[in-house]
Order: sequence, then C-alpha cells, then structure tokens
Amino acid sequence: MTLTDSARENLEAGLEVKHQITSHLNPPPSYDLADHPAPTGREEIWRFTPLKRLRGLLDGEASDASLTWDTTLPDGVTLSDISVDEARELGELAPGDRPSALAVALAGGATLLDVPADTELDEPVVLRLHGENVDDLVYGHLVLRVGRFSRATIVLVHTGSARYAATTSVLVGDGAQVNVVSLQDWDDDAVHLGRDAVLVGRDASVRHTSVSFGGDVVRMHANVEYAAPGGEAELLGLYFADAGQHLEHRLFADHNQPRTKSKVLYKGALQGQGAHTVWIGNVLIRKVAEGIETYEENRNLVLTDGCQADSVPNLEIETGEIEGAGHASATARFDDEQLFYLRSRGVSDKEARRLVLHGFFQDLIRKVGVPEIEERLTATVEAELAKNVLRELD
Amino acid sequence: MSTLEIKDLHVSVKTDDGPKEILKGVTLTIKDGETHAIMGPNGSGKSTLAYSIAGHPKYDITGGTVTLDGADVLAMTVDERARAGLFLAMQYPVEVPGVSVSNFLRTAKTALDGEAPKLRTWVKDVNAALEKLNLDPTFGQRSVNEGFSGGEKKRHEIAQLELLDPQVAILDETDSGLDIDALKIVSEGVNRFRAQEGKGVLLITHYTRILRYIEPDHVHVFVDGRIADQGGPELAEALEAEGYDKYLSAVR
Ligand SMILES: Nc1ncnc2c1ncn2[C@@H]1O[C@H](COP(=O)(O)OP(=O)(O)O)[C@@H](O)[C@H]1O
Ligand SMILES: [Mg+2]
Repeated sequence: MTLTDSARENLEAGLEVKHQITSHLNPPPSYDLADHPAPTGREEIWRFTPLKRLRGLLDGEASDASLTWDTTLPDGVTLSDISVDEARELGELAPGDRPSALAVALAGGATLLDVPADTELDEPVVLRLHGENVDDLVYGHLVLRVGRFSRATIVLVHTGSARYAATTSVLVGDGAQVNVVSLQDWDDDAVHLGRDAVLVGRDASVRHTSVSFGGDVVRMHANVEYAAPGGEAELLGLYFADAGQHLEHRLFADHNQPRTKSKVLYKGALQGQGAHTVWIGNVLIRKVAEGIETYEENRNLVLTDGCQADSVPNLEIETGEIEGAGHASATARFDDEQLFYLRSRGVSDKEARRLVLHGFFQDLIRKVGVPEIEERLTATVEAELAKNVLRELD
Repeated sequence: MSTLEIKDLHVSVKTDDGPKEILKGVTLTIKDGETHAIMGPNGSGKSTLAYSIAGHPKYDITGGTVTLDGADVLAMTVDERARAGLFLAMQYPVEVPGVSVSNFLRTAKTALDGEAPKLRTWVKDVNAALEKLNLDPTFGQRSVNEGFSGGEKKRHEIAQLELLDPQVAILDETDSGLDIDALKIVSEGVNRFRAQEGKGVLLITHYTRILRYIEPDHVHVFVDGRIADQGGPELAEALEAEGYDKYLSAVR
C-alpha cells in the first residue's frame, strides 16, 4: 500500500465517523424529534412491537411525573441534576429512536451519576426506581459516567408501574472496568421503552446485563460503541415472559474502532398463551474496525404452547480484516434426551424440568458478576417456574 | 434381592418408512446377584434393549414383558423404574448445561430415597465416590457431562452407580473409549457394586476386553435383535478368537 492510499483511507475513516454513516439496521442518532416520527408499525425497528399496547407512550405528550428514586451511593460517587446541554457536552450518545428522543426532549434535564477517575468501588451503586401507577407518564434521562481507570458496578432496579420512556448513556473512561445491570421487575401492566447506550473507552471493559421479568410491554435497547481502540463489551440478558407479556431486547454492537471486542449472550424462557419475546442482535463491523472480535448468541426455551420467540441476529461486515465474528440463535423446547437422562436417575418429570431450566439460566446468571443480583435472579427464576410450568404438571 | 425378567421382548422405532422392528423377541432372566454379559456387533440392538428397559420414549414396545421382582416395569414411568431399583449407565451420557454434578447427584439421591441425604455424610460419600473413580473434587462443580472427556463421562456414570446404589445395573458399553487405566478403574467400581449382596448387572459390550476385569456368570451373543447363543465365560473367549462372523453369516 502506498502512502497516498493509506492517507486516503484514514481520511475516509474520519469522514465516516463524522458523518455518522450508520448501519441500515439502525437509523442515525439525532436529537431532533422530527427525525423520529411516530411509528406506524411497518418500520424495520418497530415491526415486532405491539404499538397499540404502548398506552400512548410515543405520542409525545408532556409530563412532569417521575419515578421515586432510592439510591445506595458508595463514598466518592455523586448523583446530580444536569441540563440537556450539559449531558450533550459530557458526550452522551444521541437518541437512536423515538422513545430515547422523547426522553431527552421531555424529561426536563438529566440525572448524572458520576464515578470519578481512579476510583475502585467495592460495593455496587444501586439505583432503585419505582413507579406508582401505569397512568403516570414518565421520561427518564440518565448519564452514568465512570472515569478512567475506575472500577464500578452500577445496578438499576425498576419496580412498580409506569409508562416509562428512558435513555441512559454509560460513558466508560479509558481503562475502566464497569459492570452495569438493569433489572426490569415491573408490575404486570407497566410499559417500558428503554435504551442503554454504552461508550467504551480505550482498553476499557464493560459488562452490561439486562434482565426483564415484569411489565406488559418492555422494549430495551443495549447499544455499544467505542471511543478508541482496545475496548471490550460483554452484553448479557435474561428474560422470562409469561402469558400475554411482550419482552423485546435489541442489541447493537457498533465496531467503529479497531481491536475492539463484543460478546453477546441473551437467554430467555417463555410460558403461557401470548407470551412473546423478541431478540434482535445487530452487529456492525465498520471498515476501520480491523482486528475486532464479536460473537453473539441468543437462546430461547419455549415451555408451553401458545408462545412466540422471535430471534434475529444480523451481522454487517465492512472489512475482511477481522479476528473473528459469529452468531448463534436457537429456540427450542425441553430436550427429551436431557429429561430422559435425569428421569432415569429417579428424578420426577417436574423436577427434571425445573433442573434443566435452572441450568439453562444458571449458565448466564453465573456470568453477571454481582453476587446479590445473582441470588435474586436465581430466586426469581425459580418463582417464575413455580407460577406456571410446574403447576401444570402437578 | 431382585430378579429382572425379560420375556419375548419386541421393540420397534419409528422411521420415515413406518415402524422398524429392532428387537425381535428377547428373553433373558438376571437372577439375584448375577452378572450377565451381552456381546454383539454394532447395530445389533444392544442399546435398544438397554433403553427399552429404562423407558426411553423413542422406543415402542410391541410385545413381551419386563418385570423386576414380578413388578411390571413396562407400566412404570422412567423415574418410577429408577425408583424401583433400575439403573442405566449410558453409552452416550447427556449434557445438562448449568446443572452441577453435585446438584444433580443430590437431586437424584433425594428423589430415590424420598428425602434429602444428610448433608455431612453425603458430601463425604460424594467426594469418596469421585475419588475412587479418579475424578478430582472440583468435578462436583462442573456442569453434568458438559465438556467431559469420553473417559470422564463413563467414570461419572459409575460414580453414580455407586452413590445411587440400585438393585440392577445395566451398563451400556461403559468400556468403549476407555484406555486401560480407566478401564481398570471403572471395572473396580462395578466390582465393588457387585460385591454387595443381591445386585444384578447386565453388562453390554462390543469387546471381550472388559470381561477380563468383570467376570460374568452368563454370556449372551446378541445378533440382529435376538440372542443368538449363550453360555458361560468360555463363550466370551471363543468370541475373542473367532469374532461374530459365524453368527452374522447365519443371519444373512
Ligand atoms: N430412528 C431410527 N431409525 C432407523 N433405524 C434405527 C433408528 N434408531 C436405531 N435404529 C437402528 O436400530 C439398530 C440397533 O441400534 P442399537 O440398539 O443402537 O445397536 P447397538 O447398541 O447394538 O449398536 C441399528 O441398526 C440402528 O440403525
Ligand atoms: Mg449401542
């Protein structure tokens, strides 16, 4: 390659980032609400979502309702209100869809959680967000900033009910190690459209786990992009849809920097009439992103008739110079061979199913890396199981 | 004290061209404390026999009976058969991701006994059983059969045999894929089981090699879904020398 060629390539790479030429699977980010019109349901990004059940959450109606916050802040960590302009100046990631654009436009400012540079937190930061009533229309705008070389675990727990549209930027400084868990443990009628957008600093590593149990409609984005080379992101997810529930998880790993990694594992179970889950795993490997590695996997376990699990991995590759890229997606019922093996040891059918399902999720729960949350997840999975599948077998 | 009695057992599997008969009338009685070896070429129906006794849903029993001390085994569910005292060490043990060996063993023991084992003695028993089969103590934390080597899978099956302590054990090619050291370790486990009063063993194998370590009372030659010949341990030696050819040509 001649010098001129390489200079041109760099120039193009620079332009590409500046102009935000994005994947055809993800509309360009923008603060302008006009760029995010109310969906009809035919749009690629909305075709799985039951718009009629959103209770007007995308209408753009103003509201000053809020969730109640109960927080555990370790020493050195601060929580403060900032303006939208300040959030933008901090380098938050611009809204990528209508719910996040509405959240920024109508939340009336953002909440900043700040973990300064060179801080090692031994205890997790816990933000408990609670809604009183599904009639409350709430917009949430959060920025979680973790300074360079810090190590932090941040847990968001959503309970109660609301119609909630929210965007959260996670800004991870160079060399930082961050673990973010978002737990959607809503009451049955809640509607939650959320977007977590993670910006990974140079050589930083981030684990993001999204867990959805409750709510009528929950639609969560987890997006990751990289501020510099060398960053790693692990995106985990666990969901359990009961009768009539719609739980949707949309991932976007944007490899916009060289030598970055993304690893995605989402596991879900479905039980009961009308339980619907959607998993969309988009990965874009841009031309500049040489030497990257990505792997994404989604597994669904269908426990009863009448459920639907949609699972769509998408890999767009603009460079051939990658270390590795792959995906796997599988939706299955209980495996007869596994059940036979367990039952041949005297274990009842019901207990065998419980064990297989426990194992299915335990695999993932073990990776979350926050002991309190791991225990809570294990207990919730058991409780979900007791609700339906196992009861039917009695 | 237990007798497993198989009478004129006919078994078929579903295929695209309709049912295919695999077992064509098998009669065999394992009396109290006896060890029977079943030897036969690949595809002769040995695993079909083992799975049918254990109740695998893939196999349709079209005729015959199986009883354990007079109780109708074929009328029992898979787990009832295990609780009645049957155990199958599988040729291809199944992976159960995310379920640890220790959780699995404790759940099985609890199901078999109808109550949870006493924690302190149980942990000791598990560790001892694993150690005897040369499986290190961290083995208990691994997911059942996931990422196990071929030999580890077979040794894990025999560790279960010792811990779950059934009345009659069916061992389906437990010897295949084992090196000589592992074969000895596994055989010692089976022999410890056999040394107890009244335990029956149905040892299914393709090769005579394991019979040097586990001496059977009776040997049955299994060809094309039937017992083609039977005798004492000397029959195994004849097979070692001559192979299955003479039986196979009789079928063809
Ligand atoms: N689903 C099936 N469809 C057709 N043939 C089958 C099926 N399952 C097993 N068989 C046949 O049954 C026969 C016996 O198999 P198996 O019991 O595994 O034999 P062995 O254990 O002696 O090697 C084989 O010929 C095998 O091909
Ligand atoms: Mg076989």
